[in-house]
Amino acid sequence: MAKNIRIIPRLDIKGQHLVKGIHLEGLRVLGNPETFARYYYEQGADELMYMDVVASLYERNSLQEIISRTAKEIFIPLTVGGGLRTIEDIRNVLKAGADKVSLNTAAIANPKIIKDASLKFGASTIVVAIEAIKQSNGEYLCYTDNGREYTGKNALEWAMEVESLGAGELVITSVDKEGTGSGFDFELVQQIAEKVSIPVIAHGGAGKLDDFEKVVNHSKADAIAVASVLHYDFIQKHEQEIDTEKEGNVSFLKSGRSFTKIQPVSLPEIKKYLADQGVPCRI
Amino acid sequence: MSKVIIVDYQAGNLFSVLNACLKVGINAEITSDKNKIVSADGIILPGVGAFGESMNNLEKLDLVNPIKDFVSSGKPFLGVCLGLQLLFEESEEFGVTKGLGLVEGVVKKFKSPDKSIKIPQIGWNTIQKPPHADWQQTPLTDIAENSFMYFVHSFYVEPSNHKDIISETTYEGKKYCSSIQKNNIFATQFHPEKSADLGLRMYKNWSKELK
Repeated sequence: MAKNIRIIPRLDIKGQHLVKGIHLEGLRVLGNPETFARYYYEQGADELMYMDVVASLYERNSLQEIISRTAKEIFIPLTVGGGLRTIEDIRNVLKAGADKVSLNTAAIANPKIIKDASLKFGASTIVVAIEAIKQSNGEYLCYTDNGREYTGKNALEWAMEVESLGAGELVITSVDKEGTGSGFDFELVQQIAEKVSIPVIAHGGAGKLDDFEKVVNHSKADAIAVASVLHYDFIQKHEQEIDTEKEGNVSFLKSGRSFTKIQPVSLPEIKKYLADQGVPCRI
Repeated sequence: MSKVIIVDYQAGNLFSVLNACLKVGINAEITSDKNKIVSADGIILPGVGAFGESMNNLEKLDLVNPIKDFVSSGKPFLGVCLGLQLLFEESEEFGVTKGLGLVEGVVKKFKSPDKSIKIPQIGWNTIQKPPHADWQQTPLTDIAENSFMYFVHSFYVEPSNHKDIISETTYEGKKYCSSIQKNNIFATQFHPEKSADLGLRMYKNWSKELK
């Protein structure tokens, strides 16, 4: 039997809010992350991912509290990333109840942290996030800080280096595609998935059901991180209950202008679609 | 109320196990205090990490004998993931490393000669009952065959006595042992604390053995 493909809702968090942007920027507040997390858990999410997108020291405490409350109620793996710089930072989020951590900036600045952390906490606890932007010559380069900082590192070479340093998994984000709903960067995911033997989580660009099937069958992704399509589905279904004054600014969704490429779908719909296409997943 | 000790030997995953215990009403505490281990009503050996380093930690913390004494007392013992693997005689990780030797058999690594198989296995997979096994007398009672559980591992156990195996799982064509029961020892390769409702039910079932 082939392995089961995981669908992982990704929740970008700023302070105490769930946010979503395009190309990792232009963040809008969508609501309370724990409400969304709970819903996705009940809907059959295979894991959850929390990304602190505006990681700063004085906001770290509210993230710890969100992790700790989530881990008491939600019994699937929780990966936490964003602004983790040291072994101590990693230990703190694991202590709060995260199962895995995702590293990007810290790993690029100091690749040895991957090795140290995987020896200390187990390789499968250390996920490395690669945020790539396609250059005009077709090369993929790594960026940090939500796609703002240029590093000059080649994404494929970095993926292989990260594997050899002991990372347990990779999350590959196409900054070009993120939040656009125009489909994954299928070529980027495929190139990396073929080069490494650790699992690859594709992220950035899912807009319709087709994209999920293609990133598995064509690009060989082992898991898919999803945000917009799920968040917008949740909001559409719960519009009445969401107090937009207090929880979030979702009026942009009603205009329907900037998000025409995103077709909101639920987790059961994604999984049923994949299963119908012969892609095994947990239903 | 029965007291369960989650053995702290500096491996990961302790807090997930504690949260699951609290959720199903198990009075659990994380500690590496050997007196508390020996006098506990039940112990859980969790674990995410490396076999060799974990055995070193157990030795450094002087926990090897307390764990063995606890197991011979006949009280309920639950091992999870690395906590299953450590029960065996040896692991082939970095040469050969000795384990606790409480269950006969060895720990082996998944093979991926041409890199076509992803290692570690990370994700959900199903558990099957071997013909000789009876789940009714185990924490798997009332859990349906082919239920999905969450796995994260590069190594798997190979018990010498086939009857110790109570569930099997197949990853990329390789069938292996995904849980064992030997007397008062119950241990799983999967993470019940990360396996949603069914995993919590397994913890609840296990807790019924506590006196």
